[in-house]
Amino acid sequence: MATQIKTTPDGLVYRPSIEDQPPRSIAPSKLAQTVTLVVLGFVLLYFLLPIVWLVIASSKNNTDLVSSFGFWFADNNWAFNWNSLMSWTKGLFPRWVLNSVFYSTVAATLGTLISVACGYAMAKFVFPGRRALLVTIMAGLLMPIAILTVPLYLLFSQMQLTNTIWSIIIPSMVSPFGVFLANVYADSSVPTELLEAARIDGAGEARIFFTMVLRLLAPAMVTIFLFIFVATWNNFLLPLMMISSDTLKPVTLGLYGMMSYFAPDKGAVMLGALLGVVPLILLFLILQRFWQSGLAAGAVKG
Amino acid sequence: MSTQAEAAPVRRRWSRQARHQMIYGWAFALPFFLLFLLVFAAPIISSIRSSLFKMQSTGGGLFGGGERVEVFAGLENFIVAATNTSFWGGIGRVMLFGVFQIPVMIGIALGLALLLDSFLVRRPGTWRLLYFLPYAIPGLIAAIVWGYLYVPQISPFADAFGTSGGQPFFLAPGIILASMANMTTWTFTGYNMLIFLAALQAIPGDLYEAARIDGASGLQITAKIKIPLVRGAALLAVLLSIIGTIQLFNEPTVMQTLASWMGNDYTPMMMAYNTMMGQMTPSGAGPASAVSILMAMVAGVLAVIYALAQRKAD
Repeated sequence: MATQIKTTPDGLVYRPSIEDQPPRSIAPSKLAQTVTLVVLGFVLLYFLLPIVWLVIASSKNNTDLVSSFGFWFADNNWAFNWNSLMSWTKGLFPRWVLNSVFYSTVAATLGTLISVACGYAMAKFVFPGRRALLVTIMAGLLMPIAILTVPLYLLFSQMQLTNTIWSIIIPSMVSPFGVFLANVYADSSVPTELLEAARIDGAGEARIFFTMVLRLLAPAMVTIFLFIFVATWNNFLLPLMMISSDTLKPVTLGLYGMMSYFAPDKGAVMLGALLGVVPLILLFLILQRFWQSGLAAGAVKG
Repeated sequence: MSTQAEAAPVRRRWSRQARHQMIYGWAFALPFFLLFLLVFAAPIISSIRSSLFKMQSTGGGLFGGGERVEVFAGLENFIVAATNTSFWGGIGRVMLFGVFQIPVMIGIALGLALLLDSFLVRRPGTWRLLYFLPYAIPGLIAAIVWGYLYVPQISPFADAFGTSGGQPFFLAPGIILASMANMTTWTFTGYNMLIFLAALQAIPGDLYEAARIDGASGLQITAKIKIPLVRGAALLAVLLSIIGTIQLFNEPTVMQTLASWMGNDYTPMMMAYNTMMGQMTPSGAGPASAVSILMAMVAGVLAVIYALAQRKAD
């Protein structure tokens, strides 16, 4: 392919350049490319082997986990592990996964909306306190969030909010990173002329926001949604402090409870861990085009 | 006088628009701002307040029986926390962790980003996605998986390392910090790589072209153009990593279920949590708030030192 030779209409012979490839004069040597490929391949093994092992280990019982070769399947015990998982969790495991889905979806939806509204306001409106607000929110970006969880727990227990769904959803909704991203994105992709034209045509601010701005900010919104969703799903300290009843636990907290139990059925824990990450990985793969571009917009300014 | 009369209506028209901007600007910003106050500002204020108080029994005899009331304790909680050797032991451990883990992680992330941004690699998108995959795995679940990978017998490789000081190799006192550093590196390298890649892709291509015309090689372009231009992204990534490291909690909490010798104050965040939950003495809201505030101050000091050191290096 690379050596394909073409002829111009007037009889000159040339080798056309390949799209996305550098000109041949500066192309790296085959050796350099091979070495790079080997290095990247080893790094890839490091990143992927634990995931592969998780899939394999989730199919084994305790005996096979000890005796069989770690990186290949032995007898398939998925059904056995599933039953064990269900009996250990008193049938609550699917509920924990659904709880995680619920918390993450609600927090990400509401969080995206308020982040975008705030970022848009700071990018496109001139109002007193705007700079102070921006600085405050940027400071929030650098705030050690886990350290805040202890006082947050105290505050919520005074408000009688602990051990409710709100104790997870409210703190998870607030994402300074989301506002930052929305602000950068609104600044560059919502034309002020468009807003003025809509105002002259008599559209109210709410209508402009919901029918125009949200559409223009859609790529940033997907990114913000995904980041709040993942952060909520991954949070462990917050539910560990806030949630005490079994029926409200998200999957991370439930798995920790099971693992910290004396001599757990390890294959079942592995199966639980696998089922606890599958929804997230699927979401990442489906939405990858969006978060990659959205993250780029945020990182450029950062 | 006449100029004032002329200016007045102009000014009023402008201020009507300003009022419109102010009302709607705040209206859009308000929902987030209020929740931000609730989740970020209010806990800080309430923790400063509660760090100055402690619970004490009043009345009652030697065996209690009196009511537990909150009394003003001044700086007592802070003095107790700041003179607690296990608090500083925890700070020392997370700092040791950060000194090694952060440069390694940022270095690998930058190296991968530079490789994927060069001509050396076809289909960088696929590599990028696969390297990023561990980030989609919750830190707690990653810790469980790696934790089991460190336990001999279950793990495919831990048997080969034998034991160290009566503990399985990866769970031994001298090694366990490195084992946890590996978990964190595994999770966050891909994320940092993505940040660097985004910063690299924002560099205008004309710069490379100009450098090529001037005779620069690929390596020179990397060293003299690419790396200096992603310094801003690197600074932010290191700063966020420092703040994340101070709060290390998930990994040691999971490891503690496998290596009980770690105790419940291995890191400052574990100490704050267990103080709050009454699993240590002194316990309760006051001492826990004091530990949290002290931790936040240490994090702030470290972040400032790092930022100043960076500025001086420029």
